[in-house]
Amino acid sequence: METSVILTKLFDAFFLNCEIFFKTLLFALPLGLIISFGSMSNFKPLKALVRTFVWIIRGTPLMLQVIVIFYGPGLLGIDFAFPRMTAAIIAFIINYACYFSEIYRGGIEVIPRGQYEAGQVLGMKKGQIFFKVTLIQVIKRIVPPMGNEIITLIKDTALANIIANKEIIMMSKEFATKGLIWPLFSTAIFFLLFCGILTLLFGYIERKLNYFRA
Amino acid sequence: MPVLEVRNIEKSFDNTEVLKGINFSLEKGEVLAIIGSSGSGKTTLLRCLNFLERPDCGQILVNDNIIFDAQDKRTQHESEVRKKRLHFGLVFQSFNLFPQYTAKKNVMLAKELLAKEREDYKTNRRQIKKEIEKEAEELLKSVGLQDKMDLYPHQLSGGQQQRVAIARALALNPDILCFDEPTSALDPELTGEVLNVIRLLAKANTTMVIVTHEMQFARDVATKVIFMDEGVVCEEGAPCDVFGNPKKERTKHFLEHYSGN
Ligand SMILES: Nc1ncnc2c1ncn2[C@@H]1O[C@H](COP(=O)(O)OP(=O)(O)O)[C@@H](O)[C@H]1O
Ligand SMILES: [Mg+2]
Repeated sequence: METSVILTKLFDAFFLNCEIFFKTLLFALPLGLIISFGSMSNFKPLKALVRTFVWIIRGTPLMLQVIVIFYGPGLLGIDFAFPRMTAAIIAFIINYACYFSEIYRGGIEVIPRGQYEAGQVLGMKKGQIFFKVTLIQVIKRIVPPMGNEIITLIKDTALANIIANKEIIMMSKEFATKGLIWPLFSTAIFFLLFCGILTLLFGYIERKLNYFRA
Repeated sequence: MPVLEVRNIEKSFDNTEVLKGINFSLEKGEVLAIIGSSGSGKTTLLRCLNFLERPDCGQILVNDNIIFDAQDKRTQHESEVRKKRLHFGLVFQSFNLFPQYTAKKNVMLAKELLAKEREDYKTNRRQIKKEIEKEAEELLKSVGLQDKMDLYPHQLSGGQQQRVAIARALALNPDILCFDEPTSALDPELTGEVLNVIRLLAKANTTMVIVTHEMQFARDVATKVIFMDEGVVCEEGAPCDVFGNPKKERTKHFLEHYSGN
């Protein structure tokens, strides 16, 4: 087989990895915020429920979660299954939303109480304190851990192949079984390039937020 | 007519009574110094005045209007509380400046947000913003920071940060400006610049309530002194009396401890 054909196939397969990556981010970033509010709720039962859920999701392998979402309904006798790609993305969204929620919570909880109180004493409304005072401080604190997590995400997308989504690793393994090894090793370059861009992006954001200390 | 009247304020945390019925009143232009050992409830009292804590009992009156009554839930609505706390300004021990804003923006922010509630805001937006900016510059000048206006808090010394915090509180023209140990977090060589700003404010007849451990300063600047002990006003009077001729044993004991300060 021609090299260019193989490369085209690898690119197509990597498109799947990218699709999982971007769709996961799109939904997990806001969902994580909702989960973090739940885990900080003053309503004890809700807080306990949310924290238990987060503990379970973070305490079990993502690969297992992908399998559960895909085969779970059938095993429960329900005549329904998500399409393979959808199942993978749902598992990724839930998993990453939980990780993000913990990062958000950490970022929110370390904001000194004095910042809220200073805003209150100056007659600001709750929303104003959130958007004008604390939000950017939270963002500054969560950018580095979010960067790490998001770099992990692109590498994790390979796990989707456990339910036969033909992403780049799975595709290149097919070549390997036919005796062609180099495509498998070349996948590293795809991931490295992607992570490199992310690293630069997050470095840029961090520098942009360097004008103040919090 | 007193500008501030505090009637029988009580406050407990869990089961410890921190304030056990505080009473005092303050005339316009007066400077009240509150002294007392650590844990006597001074901070809690200031926080009650600023609606950061809700007293269990008692009333707070400003210009003869009851702005807080522990018995009357109608005085405790969130939306009203926000307006009412504007009678007071509070300068924190730890400054609590907003780190992401310059000194000038720190002073302007709250006023800008309040201006949005004005009816003529949309039509006169530019004009209003310009006025607020000019006022902020004036205020920063008055605390001696004309050449630091565009610096961020982390670029300022503690004394400078606290002076920005004072300007920020003054920007909303509070009836009563409260200070909670404004120099306690500062290196000794930086306390002077902050105390001098407060002295100037006193000269300009700003009504103030100052919790402080700087006895000499309190004696100089205050028109009235309260010595708090274990949640009650133990002794109260003119500075020359409380400092020069304390009546209560506890006061004497406390002042001996702090003499030389
Ligand atoms: N939020 C709180 N929860 C529980 N106890 C508190 C709280 N705030 C203050 N206290 C207690 O109230 C007492 C008085 O505190 P404070 O008003 O800070 O005194 P001061 O400012 O005179 O040192 C202290 O014993 C303190 O531990
Ligand atoms: Mg205190």
